[in-house]
Amino acid sequence: MGDEVILLDYWPSMFGMRTRIALEEKNVKFDYKEQDLWNKSSILLEMNPVHKKIPVLIHNGKPICESLIQIEYIDEVWPGKNPFLPSDPYQRAQAKFWGDFIDNKVYGPTRLIWGAKGEEQEAGKKEFIEMLRTLEAELGDKVYFGGETFGYVDIALIGFYSWFEAYEKFRNFSVEEECPKLIAWGKRCVKRESVVKSLPDSEKITKFLPQLREKIGIE
Amino acid sequence: MNQEEQVKLLGLWGSPFSKRVEMVLKLKGIPYEYIEEDVYGNKSPMLLKYNPIHKKVPVLIHGDRSIAESLVIVEYIEDTWKTSEPILPQDPYERAMARFWAKYVDDKVILALWKACWGPETEREKMVDEASEDLQCLEKELGDKQFFGGETIGFVDIAADFIGYWLGLVQEASGVTIMTAEKFPKLQRWSEDFVANSFIKEALPPKQKLVALFKTKFGSAKSK
Repeated sequence: MGDEVILLDYWPSMFGMRTRIALEEKNVKFDYKEQDLWNKSSILLEMNPVHKKIPVLIHNGKPICESLIQIEYIDEVWPGKNPFLPSDPYQRAQAKFWGDFIDNKVYGPTRLIWGAKGEEQEAGKKEFIEMLRTLEAELGDKVYFGGETFGYVDIALIGFYSWFEAYEKFRNFSVEEECPKLIAWGKRCVKRESVVKSLPDSEKITKFLPQLREKIGIE
Repeated sequence: MNQEEQVKLLGLWGSPFSKRVEMVLKLKGIPYEYIEEDVYGNKSPMLLKYNPIHKKVPVLIHGDRSIAESLVIVEYIEDTWKTSEPILPQDPYERAMARFWAKYVDDKVILALWKACWGPETEREKMVDEASEDLQCLEKELGDKQFFGGETIGFVDIAADFIGYWLGLVQEASGVTIMTAEKFPKLQRWSEDFVANSFIKEALPPKQKLVALFKTKFGSAKSK
């Protein structure tokens, strides 16, 4: 079957990383198209007119937006190999709960860490650490969030791992000191080929951050 | 986890999020025990046990396991009780679309409408414009379908319950009008069809009680 898969994405986006990883895990060939978020392309505006955001997955001409929805879609369209979600409804619900948690509770504080000033940054850091601790408690002693296999929640969170170094340098703290189990989990994940292919170097993100702040008009 | 195990729902009588779950349970004919939670006053030990992360309602308790977040609960019910009346389509692309629009309502539209009605006067016009734009997206998406789900009530219709019932009452209580039959004829017609469904109707909280609640809880904050 001739599947045409295109991904509109932006290299440092931890959301875009999710979709890259999901496609790589399923060995789906895709055409990666880097987007300039300050000069949005006509294809981006056409394929995501509601939000005008990345990542956008385009499968045989039809767009799917929102990274967590994309992970599920990829899992449903290319089943069999490495299912991301368990078949048990309760376990599925738990995975989705944590995906929702990551989106609603983790992203916000990280945005404050690098995107705000002074006291707000510190508040962001404190909140971020608290949320990571909650996630670490959920991980427990499991290999991955889903248990023995790499899945939905792992994919939802691992993109943030590439940003940890940047957060640490910005607010002078160590994620490993606060959440050693989570770092151990991250190190396991980055051994996977799909993750290696999808995550940028932490160093690249750390160098990029001041430029990003400037682009957004923070300094 | 089997279907025969007892189902309990911790909810809040006036909450559209809580009601989403009740609507689906009723649509699918699943018996459940409803427990009203005093969320703003005294959170019960049961709530703190079954939703320790967010301490919010709704929470579905099935047997001894709990699920939180209304749309996650709705999908759980869909996955567990494979009855007639599916809420989500079978096709993966259509499912992704349904999830997209439900998330849009959840993350953007409801908040925009709420802020427009109860926010400060100085921001009123701008917020009403934003909320109207969001509603236009939904109006367009609905098109000529009877429901967002097509011929029967689906995932997006359930997610949009706030628009179908609560919005009219919030507009009445706040005095701010965003959705009218003139500006949004399709959504208006949809909301009438939505609340006319017998299972939906059964779940809805009483109008006057809700309007009174809105006026008391949010109305005083408005008059600045």
